[in-house]
Formats: sequence, C-alpha cells, structure tokens
Amino acid sequence: MKPAPFEWHGPERLEEVLALLAEYGDDAKVLAGGQSLVPMLALRLTRFDHLVDVNRVEGLAGISRLDGWLRVGATTRHRVLERDPQVHEAVPLLARATPHVGHFQIRNRGTLGGAVAHADPAAEHPAVALALDAVMEVSSVRGAREVAARDFFEGTWATVLSPDEVLTGVRFPIRAERSGFAVEEVARRHGDFALVGVVCAVTAGAGAGDRLDRAALALFGVGGTPVRATTAERALLEGASLEEVGMAAANEIDPVDDLHASARYRRKVAGVLVQRALGRAIEEARRG
Amino acid sequence: MAERTIELTVNGEARTVVVEDRTTLADALREQCHLTGTHLGCEHGVCGACTVLLDGEAVRSCLLFAVQAAGSEVTTIEGLSPADGSLTTVQEAFRECHGLQCGFCTPGFVVSVTAFLAENPTPTDEEIREALSGNLCRCTGYQGIIKAVRLAAERLQPANAT
Ligand SMILES: Cc1cc2nc3c(=O)[nH]c(=O)nc-3n(C[C@@H](O)[C@H](O)[C@H](O)COP(=O)(O)OP(=O)(O)OC[C@H]3O[C@@H](n4cnc5c(N)ncnc54)[C@H](O)[C@@H]3O)c2cc1C
Ligand code: FES
Ligand code: FES
Repeated sequence: MKPAPFEWHGPERLEEVLALLAEYGDDAKVLAGGQSLVPMLALRLTRFDHLVDVNRVEGLAGISRLDGWLRVGATTRHRVLERDPQVHEAVPLLARATPHVGHFQIRNRGTLGGAVAHADPAAEHPAVALALDAVMEVSSVRGAREVAARDFFEGTWATVLSPDEVLTGVRFPIRAERSGFAVEEVARRHGDFALVGVVCAVTAGAGAGDRLDRAALALFGVGGTPVRATTAERALLEGASLEEVGMAAANEIDPVDDLHASARYRRKVAGVLVQRALGRAIEEARRG
Repeated sequence: MAERTIELTVNGEARTVVVEDRTTLADALREQCHLTGTHLGCEHGVCGACTVLLDGEAVRSCLLFAVQAAGSEVTTIEGLSPADGSLTTVQEAFRECHGLQCGFCTPGFVVSVTAFLAENPTPTDEEIREALSGNLCRCTGYQGIIKAVRLAAERLQPANAT
C-alpha cells in the first residue's frame, strides 16, 4: 500500500526542525531512516500531515568522545555503529548489538535515534541504552533536556518525548577496565525482531576472586518496554550461580502470549539466554 | 496534492522527475523513469525485491521517498550491466547456478549481492547466508542463490580475473 498524502519538509538546521515541530505539533512526525515509520505509513497504521526529515540536518550525525562518554548523534546510521572501530573499543555492547538489527540494507538507512525513539519492545538499541545507563539528549523550542534511559521508555512505541521534541543524540558511558558484554537473542530468522533477547554488561572487581563490581541485565521482547532484571542483577552481585540468576530473571519478567511465541516459552528462553550471556560477559571481564 | 520537481542521477544519467511528496523512490523509478526492473513485493521493507543502490549502498527503495533521493546517485538493476547488455559476473553466476526461477525476486538479490561482494569479496558461507537474509524468494529454496554467490565471489577474485 501507499502512505496517505503528507507534506515533506527537509530542513538543514536543527532550529528549523524545532520550529516545524513546534508549529505542527501532533500533525508532524520526525522522519529519520524511515525503516520503521515508512512501513507504518504504508500499512496505514498511522498518518501525519507533515513529515520533518532530519537526514539533512547538519551536525546531527556523528560520533564523538567527551570525558567518559561516547556521544552518538541521532542520525548516525546503524552501519556506522557496526563498522566504526571507536564504537567497538569504547562501547562494545553497542557495536555488538547493532548487527542484530534487521538486514544490512535496513542498517544502511536506519539510525540510532530512530531505533531509540521508535521504542519497539523487541528492538536491541533501547535495551542497550537501558543496560548501560545511557543518557538521551532531547531538544525543542522550549529548550534542551537530558533524560536517563530508565526514565525514557513508557510502553510499546511510546517514550517521554513530546510531539515538539527531537532526540539529538545518545550518550553512552565508555567501558570500564575489566568489563565484559554480551548480546543473546532468539529470533525466528536472522534479521527478524527478537522473540526474546538479553544484553548484559558486567565489571569484575579488582584483584583476584569472583566478585563483580557491577552487573546490568536488560531484556527485550518480553513486555512493552525493555526491562532491567534488577533482582537477578542483585543476586549475581551477591554471588548466586548463573543458573539461579537466570531463574531470577525469568521470574521477574512478565512476557506476553502472542502469535509469535507463548509467554511460557519466552520466560523459559529468557532464563537460558541470561545464563549464556552472563557466562560470556563474565569471562571477558575477568580476562581484563 | 502538490507535486515537486526533483533532480537525481539514475544509472549515470541525470533525470528530472515530478513527484508527490509521498511517492516512493521505487514508484518514481518504475513509473517516471520506466525502469521496471525494480520490483515491488511488499512495499513495507520486508521482501527486498525493491533493493537499489543509493550512492553505492543497498537500500529499500520502497522505504525512501523520491524527494529524499534528490541530488543522489541511484543505481538500479538496469544500471549494473554494461551498455552492450552483457551480464555481470553476479548475473552470470545466478544463471549458471539456477539462482532464479520466476525471477520476481532476482533484481533485489542481484543488487544486494553486488553491494555485499563489493564490501566483502571473500565471504564465508555464514556471511553469505546472513547477507541474503534480507531478500525473500518464493521459488528457489535459496540453495541455488547461495551457490551463485559463492561462484561469483570466486570469479571476482583478482587472481581469477580474465
Ligand atoms: C525488515 C526490517 C527488519 C527490521 N528488524 C529490526 C530488528 O531486528 N531490530 C530493530 O531494532 N529494528 C529492526 N527494524 C527497524 C529498524 O531498522 C530501525 O532501526 C528503527 O526501528 C528505526 O530507525 P529509523 O532511523 O529508520 O527511524 P524512522 O523509521 O525514521 O522513525 C521511527 C520513529 O522514531 C521517530 N524518530 C526518529 N528519529 C527521531 C529523532 N531524532 N527524534 C525524535 N523522534 C525520532 C520517528 O518519528 C518515528 O516515530 C527492522 C526494519 C525492517 C524494515
Ligand atoms: S517492496 Fe520494498 S522490501 Fe518489499
Ligand atoms: S525466483 Fe521466484 S521469487 Fe525468487
């Protein structure tokens, strides 16, 4: 099908984007890579009178380091995240999660800002942002604000962004020494949205011994938003076995039944994926 | 609905097309440029039949509005082969390995594979399968297509160039 008619705007400066969004409010939508919005328009799941295309906006794409953070501009494409050595080195979880997004043709267009703002419950990037305690940078004519990842996602395709706001970038903390990361997901075919997925980040304690200083576990595909398995995280820090941690994570999520998988299946798989992901991440962290 | 005139380069030729804002690049290529090799299967990003190169990178032309491609260089399946109409190495390999039956999906596969091999000239079987995952074929069962990619990769090695 074809999208309903709309007026396209192709601003080149952020101020113009903000002015357009302020003017049209609910009738306007930001268009980034178009890999999620255009299918929804084509299927007539949604329609807008105005699309504000941010692809040409100067300075909105790009990756930079600023004390302890790696800042990724909103229109930075998935393919850049996947290839840039700086991302692999500074935020390995982001680099490793990105190839799980769709297919290479999709990643050539899709953007980090789009993936985060779209907030699909089965998407990888919102979970990465949540696990790493990333910070979202948001702008509107009313001013700029920052939102912690844990406060950003509200539900399926819903975030705290208001219609006049644009996500300008996401800041990820640069990896600590002795940390490890892993992504595990089960999808029906490569490139499909995950039925269940897990991303994790751990930091091993200084000196010998099994102690972990930090453990973050975020699951996706198991509810309206990605979720941190905080009970499981605590159990892990207190020295529980991976099996116990997997069980704790499975018990604290509340997945749904849908035509792709049953809630019971999702819960079971989540526990197994948590064990696998943590096993690899901890090994990496201990290697230093 | 208002229309706009945009300029872009298609298969090396400067083109001017008149489109509505909502016209996809795929529709502009098919209906205005009369390049019907770009096929439309699903029109929502899933099947890959509409894949073209946008400034050298493989993208879904059904998920891009023509207005967004203004000033860009687009290469369609028609633009891959030399002017004399002979086949490219990838196309030859598809023919030899039975990489197609009805041919509906083929333009998308050939464009995708061309971009993939340009970036990764020595792929493993797993990488080939992953690269093909964004294109659907209802006929072949994919085995012939995988073989074709392997054969094309071999033939494209500098040592094997004729
Ligand atoms: C076949 C296929 C498979 C896919 N598989 C996966 C997958 O496995 N995992 C996955 O995570 N994704 C997947 N996707 C979607 C993914 O590719 C996109 O990365 C992502 O969902 C949207 O990014 P985008 O830049 O294309 O955003 P768009 O489609 O342009 O926009 C998506 C939404 O975000 C809003 N938005 C975009 N940018 C901003 C901004 N800067 N500020 C405010 N709002 C903004 C838009 O208004 C819109 O509501 C798939 C897509 C397709 C077509
Ligand atoms: S027609 Fe574009 S992906 Fe199916
Ligand atoms: S050859 Fe018929 S769909 Fe692929």
